[in-house]
Amino acid sequence: MRETGVRQSVLFFLYTRGTKYMFMAQQASVVGMHIPDGYLSPQTYIPLYGASIAVWGIALKKIKNELSAKYVPYLAMAAAFSFLIQMFNIPVPGGTSGHAVGAGIIALLLGPWTAVIAVSVVLIIQAFVFGDGGITAIGANCFNMAIVMPFVAYWTFNLIKGFSQNRVRILAAAFLSGYVGLSAAAFSAAFMFGIQPVIAIGPDGMPLYAPYPLSIAIPAMAIEHLFLFSIVEGVMTLVLLKYFLKNESTLVYAMRGDSREEA
Amino acid sequence: MKRLEKKLWLWLFVMALLSPLGIILPGKFGAEGAWGEWGADALEKLLGYIPGGLKRTADIWAAPIRNYTFGGEGALISTRIVSYIVSAFIGIVLVWVIVLIISRLLFKHEK
Repeated sequence: MRETGVRQSVLFFLYTRGTKYMFMAQQASVVGMHIPDGYLSPQTYIPLYGASIAVWGIALKKIKNELSAKYVPYLAMAAAFSFLIQMFNIPVPGGTSGHAVGAGIIALLLGPWTAVIAVSVVLIIQAFVFGDGGITAIGANCFNMAIVMPFVAYWTFNLIKGFSQNRVRILAAAFLSGYVGLSAAAFSAAFMFGIQPVIAIGPDGMPLYAPYPLSIAIPAMAIEHLFLFSIVEGVMTLVLLKYFLKNESTLVYAMRGDSREEA
Repeated sequence: MKRLEKKLWLWLFVMALLSPLGIILPGKFGAEGAWGEWGADALEKLLGYIPGGLKRTADIWAAPIRNYTFGGEGALISTRIVSYIVSAFIGIVLVWVIVLIISRLLFKHEK
């Protein structure tokens, strides 16, 4: 019994190594960067539920203290925008498809805590109503796309922009904020996938949940995000920030520090 | 409603109407779903087996509008396009309802 388990594991390892990512991707049937049910072990998804619920609590408190009821329509619009932008699947010719999330631009326009709630609402609706992302993985998916992404995006923007008022630098910061934000979310998801065959193995030595190790999960997610989806996210973040700075600059949360200084 | 809000909602409605591009374009380029999101059947083809825990939890929830499509996997492209637009509007309405509930709880003292 044990021997066949080992042999199967070795065969599995060779098989996955020898298989091109493209081939694996061609077999795919669902669309999006959403972890489905059955891919994460309970020892992964339960703590991530805990982490996400804790952050939701903080986020709601921050919104209650810092914003007023007149911001509610903007919160709704931000969530609607994130829901819609995720429907625009971008194809990798002959390969997989993915999409922007919008968490970065929402963090820049309304603040990272508002982005946490806006994108979490979207991910919960997607899971329950549209089967996009698993019910057990809601904590994990919210952690990646509604927590890691908006905060990394927001920090990246501030880091690059600094105290500069230079237009080109602000726009570069906007692009990188979307680019780095989505890439970080993808890495986080790939890490969750990749640790499964190490931490959740059946008595026969076979993986119980996501079967691909970090050495496969990370490059597969990294390549398509770094070279395509994150670029799209970055361009979208840049274009939208440019629009809002031109037309409604007082609304932009990430630039508020500057207007306070000017005043 | 403020002028800006009206304008932004209008753009969101335009996005909803254009959403079927998100299934038409991947179809044109022969691209499939996302990495790591295979169904159990697709995974069995890849690996030769279905991981035990995955098999037990994969179908834990039956979503009412799976994949934003009415009529399942084999639906016609025209059905899928209409389904996609309808799903987009359902999404907008649900987002509104949930955000409204959250804001009622947060700002109950404000009028």
